[in-house]
Amino acid sequence: MSTYPEHARPLWQRLLVTRESAVIFLLVVVVLYSILNVPFFDGPLTLTYLLLDVAPILLIALPMTMVIVTGEIDLSVASVVGLSSVLLGVLTQAGMPFVGAAVVALAAGAVCGAFNGFLVAYVGLPSLAVTIGTLALFRGLAVGLLGTTAVTEFPETWTDLAKATIGSTGIPVVVIPFLVLAVGFAVLLQYSSFGRGIYDIGLNDEAARFTGVNVQRSKFTVFVLTGLVSAFAGIFFTLRFGSARGDNATGLELQVIAAVLLGGVSIFGGRGKLPGVVAGVLLIGVISSALRLQGVTVNVINIIIGLLLVASVMSTSVLEAVSRLRSRSNRRAAGPSRAPAAGAGTHGRHTS
Amino acid sequence: MKIQTKRATALAALTLSAAMVLTACGGGSDSGSGSGGEGGGGATTVTFLPKNLGNPYFEASDAGGKKAVEEFGGTFDEVGPQEATPDAQVQYINTVAQQGINALVLSANDPTAIGDALEEARSAGTKVVTFDSDTEPQFRDVFVNQASAEGIAKSQVDLIAEQIGDEGKVAILSAAANATNQNTWIELMKKDLAANHPNIELVDTVYGNDDDQESFDKTAALLQSNPDLKGIISPTTVGIAAAARYLSDSDFKGKVQLTGLGTPNQMREYVKDGTVKGFALWNPEELGYLAAFTAQALVDGTITGKEGDKFTAGDLGDYTVEADGVVVLGEPTVFNADNIDDFDF
Repeated sequence: MSTYPEHARPLWQRLLVTRESAVIFLLVVVVLYSILNVPFFDGPLTLTYLLLDVAPILLIALPMTMVIVTGEIDLSVASVVGLSSVLLGVLTQAGMPFVGAAVVALAAGAVCGAFNGFLVAYVGLPSLAVTIGTLALFRGLAVGLLGTTAVTEFPETWTDLAKATIGSTGIPVVVIPFLVLAVGFAVLLQYSSFGRGIYDIGLNDEAARFTGVNVQRSKFTVFVLTGLVSAFAGIFFTLRFGSARGDNATGLELQVIAAVLLGGVSIFGGRGKLPGVVAGVLLIGVISSALRLQGVTVNVINIIIGLLLVASVMSTSVLEAVSRLRSRSNRRAAGPSRAPAAGAGTHGRHTS
Repeated sequence: MKIQTKRATALAALTLSAAMVLTACGGGSDSGSGSGGEGGGGATTVTFLPKNLGNPYFEASDAGGKKAVEEFGGTFDEVGPQEATPDAQVQYINTVAQQGINALVLSANDPTAIGDALEEARSAGTKVVTFDSDTEPQFRDVFVNQASAEGIAKSQVDLIAEQIGDEGKVAILSAAANATNQNTWIELMKKDLAANHPNIELVDTVYGNDDDQESFDKTAALLQSNPDLKGIISPTTVGIAAAARYLSDSDFKGKVQLTGLGTPNQMREYVKDGTVKGFALWNPEELGYLAAFTAQALVDGTITGKEGDKFTAGDLGDYTVEADGVVVLGEPTVFNADNIDDFDF
């Protein structure tokens, strides 16, 4: 889908048609429906619990969006969460001040990301294979460091902070670092040359290289950021549950990737925006929360979310196929003389 | 222009139908099991939260809980995560707090990590009963323990004494040499044997490390070095199954008695082929049944969880809360050829 046809449509159509706004619209519908129909969903605790539950997914989804936009994937994020959690626990237990331990955990996350990034960007290995390997590697390190035990002694100021809410709003404090990061990532992705390079890489990394994008460094940076943010999510995770365990956040990577794809990011790279991703994460969170409140079992919840994801991915492909067919027939109708103009073959149909 | 309108309409239709599918799912489940927390004033609402769903042991305990809740006219619900992790369990504890359920009965995936969530649920008025796996005592009202160490030791000694005619040489096949549970039971068994069964001699204790093959080999070695052995006690589910497999294919079948702690599903074929006459384990269904009645007693104020509180748990009879808010189910259930087909876990 090129950018031209979207700008040519009336605003209301553009808003309805983009994947981001479709997800946001769906989110609003589900929230309204739940408030009206699901018992206790309108209770004061729902917002707090919901945001606390999705916070690690929200955080990691930000850099994961970048990774997927470049056409790569990072399956090791949940293992980085586990590893940073365990490091935080082990170091705190050994008597290191909490802040020091947290810095080491963050650094370890960045190193994990750098390891992935090096193998993908500079060695040129496929990210799927690399991060399947590091998924096992980082998780193995985490479980190896702590075994089946758990560290549960953390300074109460910090564990309280992780669960605290802003005033009486019911909004957890963790939303603040998330918003800061979200704005940072949005600016980086939408308004910087680095961000434009990311999209170019996803569309065609050969072409991106010719236009002066440093493909290797960009990919490397994106993986380091993912490791770093995953480690931060690991610190939050540890504090929220007051427990550092090797198996913390097992399986979280799939929830993150599912939410990113639901939010309209193309798994083939080159397309997707952060607002849609945030809405995707929240949509999954709201659906799970509402269904749990109605006593729906976890298996049924997973089936519904799985179907939703399949439907959303399918809708993209179907729409793209339809749009390709249409633009082809349009080009034929518009006549050959218009096609080369401005190098945008589909531009003509909207003025005809 | 015409084309775009059609496309926009198609997208809008798609979005709407997706929304409708979603809401339909939500609505459908409402009639099914949405009775969750609407009780409020009337019937006691009890939610069972096992370590994970799809585990036969917890299916049995939850069935017991459901039976109990139906007996006292409450509303039963069972929820749980797919993976036995504390963070997944916290989401369900939070849901229970939101719903204002009267009592939560759970088997903890971590003794501390779910503590805060339990405290929040309790401050919202929910009574918390743990069973099978406890949390730190401050996070729950009562822990329903499957069996006391004394009860477990005594039932195994009684079984072997009965099976070998209260005299002869016996040996123990345990798990790891440093397994706390097993060592406590073995010490108590030794005391019980010395005090009440003077004609039974404990000749050896070997360790199979809860490994099937190792337990199998240790059983073979034990019988080789003690040809006049009359019985083996294996207080671990892995050990007893491996020993039974060895015995059932050997000349010792029926001559050397085997008992201990095992699950009916593991031991069924050896009970049926005559290798094993009887073995013990607590009954998870009774455990769930007792946990539900404990929850009811907490909700209606019969007990508060302090030592000495007394209550009646339906068919199981009277119970007293012990130190640290612990209620003990009682003696383990003995499984033999007559009753083993009544159990599936």
